[in-house]
Amino acid sequence: MLTFLSQRLLQIIPTLILVSMLIFGLQQLLPGDPALIMAGEERDPKVLEEIREQYRLNEPIPIQYFYWIKGVLSGNLGESMRLKASVSSLVAEKLPVTLQLAAMALVVALGIGIPAGIISAVKKDTAWDYGANVFALWGLSTPNFWLGILMIFLFSVTLGWLPASGYVRMGEDWRASLATTVMPAFVLGNAIAAVLMRHTRSAMLQAMGADYVRTARAKGLYEKRVVLKHALRNAMTPVITLGALEFGTLLSGAVLTEQIFTIPGFGKLIVDSVFNRDYAVVQGVVLVTATTYIVLNLLADVAYVLVNPRLRG
Amino acid sequence: MTAATVTPTVPATDAREENPWARAWRRLKRRKGAMFGLVVVVLFILVAILAPVISPYDPIATSFTQVRKPPSWAHWLGTDEVGRDVLARIIWGARASLSAGLVSVGIALGIGVPLGLLAGYAGGWIDAVLSRIVDAMLAVPFLILAIALAAFLGPSLTNAMIAIGVTATPVFIRLTRGQTIAAKVEDYVEAARAVGNPHWRIALRHVLPNIVPPLLVQASLAIAGAIIAEAALSFLGLGQQPPSPSWGSMLNSAQRFIAQAPWMAFWPGFAIFFAVLSFNLLGDGLRDALDPRHK
Repeated sequence: MLTFLSQRLLQIIPTLILVSMLIFGLQQLLPGDPALIMAGEERDPKVLEEIREQYRLNEPIPIQYFYWIKGVLSGNLGESMRLKASVSSLVAEKLPVTLQLAAMALVVALGIGIPAGIISAVKKDTAWDYGANVFALWGLSTPNFWLGILMIFLFSVTLGWLPASGYVRMGEDWRASLATTVMPAFVLGNAIAAVLMRHTRSAMLQAMGADYVRTARAKGLYEKRVVLKHALRNAMTPVITLGALEFGTLLSGAVLTEQIFTIPGFGKLIVDSVFNRDYAVVQGVVLVTATTYIVLNLLADVAYVLVNPRLRG
Repeated sequence: MTAATVTPTVPATDAREENPWARAWRRLKRRKGAMFGLVVVVLFILVAILAPVISPYDPIATSFTQVRKPPSWAHWLGTDEVGRDVLARIIWGARASLSAGLVSVGIALGIGVPLGLLAGYAGGWIDAVLSRIVDAMLAVPFLILAIALAAFLGPSLTNAMIAIGVTATPVFIRLTRGQTIAAKVEDYVEAARAVGNPHWRIALRHVLPNIVPPLLVQASLAIAGAIIAEAALSFLGLGQQPPSPSWGSMLNSAQRFIAQAPWMAFWPGFAIFFAVLSFNLLGDGLRDALDPRHK
């Protein structure tokens, strides 16, 4: 286990370095003088020189990268030009909002996706199975920004049940907080529910054909117990680990969902900084996202080995 | 040209044996979902090509007497906030969405397949370097990387296509690499090598044709993803620029008028949904039809 862990840890180092180079390299795509673009409306040559100095734009690119990554490694992700705040403090402020949204979306996804997958596997080739598959296709093909707008129309405009936008923190008023996040969480969870349903279905079909399920049935156990205890337990392993990979979908989706419901989270921070031409924030946020994703993948791999004794060396 | 260079995708041991593409087509035809997807895809392509002929109005002509009119005989799907016909904008918007889907996946195939062939066929340090780059790109969630690329390139439909295409590339490198490694050890490649074919010819004439089926499946699913991504970028203002019509940017302006003019939001979203659904159905069907394990 230790060798596996250290091997995996060593593997992610080159990936992380390349990710940082990739994100740093984005800056080179900017047309024209980066200092001029970063300064926005500011045209004062003094300010421009300051920016060049600060980002070492007069130095060769590898040197610029060296200073940037040195800052990143010591926790300095750069400064926001517009908000006059450090990128790390912005990330620390916005991340909890998105995490709450993501956690609620996961509850939605697990609550819909896994039961739907079980039912469609147990009742294979029936109307239930057909219905669950239609649901999965719908979930995979519906743009979540459209679903969000339709839900606002139904639940906020027509029925007046839920607020159309805004966000209240959990600590302030948990009821209001839930009211502002339940629609976005559903929108975000819907697509992941579809993916989880497909994974659960195929894992359950495989488990239901396995010898231990036949043994359990031969022992005369109730079908419900066979399905929920014997088959499901074994089927859950791949589902959970594959589900962890959906974190990327969650973050991508959060960008659009937070935009529609005006929730001041991580995704909105990306979009706002794109429009404010606040490139340091874009780079910082993308770097944090990628690093989190890589670490989560590592954890998923470790969890997979932990719960699967056959893979333990 | 030697006999080995014209090897068909599957060695024809028996002249009466069915051509693999004919077999795939026969299997595809049996799948209702896939055929539905194919028909709708063809319809969308026709709509995009014939937009100037079938569009009832000019998609960018504004009319201040026709602002936010609900669907009627004159305007089947209603009008938007500056009096433009929603149906005309959806018809013309099909061009932006479909070309974004096709062009960006074309870019991803154009870069991804040669690099994947190279990594899989050459192996060694080339493979190691390319694979790490692929890992790094896949570490950034798809839409976030596309947004970052589009943001730095500048907002326009062309840049959105480039951003989506580049973001979709690593999946094709990884797929082609894996398939190439599997094909490399097959007897027909061994035979081609034995008769003295150069490496590039083995890679292009013997390996490539045999890995087309999985690439085709992935490409049709990637088009679905690219259409959603283009709509998302346009929705955020990073894709097609106003007043040119695109389904994503139509949804953006529709959001502000959802209480007064819900039809503005319903139809463009439905168009995206329908186009994406068809490519997904087609991709799923192709996977089943092209997989030799399914008989």
